[in-house]
Amino acid sequence: MIDLSEIPVAKPAKGSAGKTGTWRVLRPVIRYDKCTRCRLCIMYCVENTIDQEPNLYPKIDYDYCKGCGVCAQVCPTKAIAMVPEVK
Amino acid sequence: MMFLRGNAACPGCPIPKELDALLEVTGKKTVLVVPASCTSVILGDTQGGQPSTVPVIHSAFAAAPAIASGVAASLRMRGEEDATVVVWAGDGGTGDIGFASLSGAAERNENILYVCYDNEAYMNTGIQRSGLTPYGAWTTTTPSGKKEFKKPLPLIVAEHRVPYVATASIAYLNDYQSKVRKAKSIKGFRYIHLLSPCPPGWRFDAGLTVEIAKLAVETGVWPLYEIENGEFRLTSISKVLVDKSKRKPVEAYLRYQGRFSKMTPEEVKALQDYVDKMWEEIREMTKK
Repeated sequence: MIDLSEIPVAKPAKGSAGKTGTWRVLRPVIRYDKCTRCRLCIMYCVENTIDQEPNLYPKIDYDYCKGCGVCAQVCPTKAIAMVPEVK
Repeated sequence: MMFLRGNAACPGCPIPKELDALLEVTGKKTVLVVPASCTSVILGDTQGGQPSTVPVIHSAFAAAPAIASGVAASLRMRGEEDATVVVWAGDGGTGDIGFASLSGAAERNENILYVCYDNEAYMNTGIQRSGLTPYGAWTTTTPSGKKEFKKPLPLIVAEHRVPYVATASIAYLNDYQSKVRKAKSIKGFRYIHLLSPCPPGWRFDAGLTVEIAKLAVETGVWPLYEIENGEFRLTSISKVLVDKSKRKPVEAYLRYQGRFSKMTPEEVKALQDYVDKMWEEIREMTKK
């Protein structure tokens, strides 16, 4: 038998390019009072960084969100604001 | 979730979402064959992990359909009839460099699903023109705008008399996924051509990716259709766009993209005429 641990095989893992949240210039912030839980941001987030919480509201994973702003554009109630990252 | 976050795609790039939507339908028993493209970079094993949850074969530019044919044959010999072999190639790897092996695999009617994600230039190497770059578009090798029209690749593949050919758009995810679902249920060579806006290459703001893809369909530049066993059928919103009054003028699509900013009014008119002529041909095809 071949020892499989010796073969260089890539395993699925989050963050293959590191913590991509550090790329972000603008930070999407959800205003939950305006959110209607339509799921469009979850559906269209090109990076799959928006999760649905048990109460059905979206939650952004800021460790990996690249801040492209697609979620803010597709939101029908404009509940997502793009706020500059200030350190 | 089939495609993991934190990959090397540019901000606003729709490729991770497109792959996630594809793998959601085809499931765990999928093999991806990826020729040199942006996706090779995204799927790269850089820091001890890869974003894809299914096996990936990185292939040479012109070899992907041939490799996928071999994988499909070997899976058939092992009795894995329910597995799907997917070629995920860019527009250069499909329409220019990989076209000979694509045509060969289509002619042999190999049991593979070929998805061309079309970002309309060689984006990975720095925005050079390809055969699928549209008329009037700026690239680094067409600094004053491309003078030729886009190659009608889905129709060229359909002329191979393959069982299934479809076009799709990232803005209409349900339409795209239902086409993948239909393609998965068919045996033989299946082809899906997916328009994939590229924020750095098309020169638009990263947040507008979905809006641009939607406008491409609404202006009629990118018709959504499927050809099943030679039967042509418009799908989703494109069904109503045969009527010219329902289509938005192409300026609505060109306006947001820096790559079309140098187009003269005559060139815009030429593109509008080209789109109208294409829809006349589509009207003829739907009558058949």
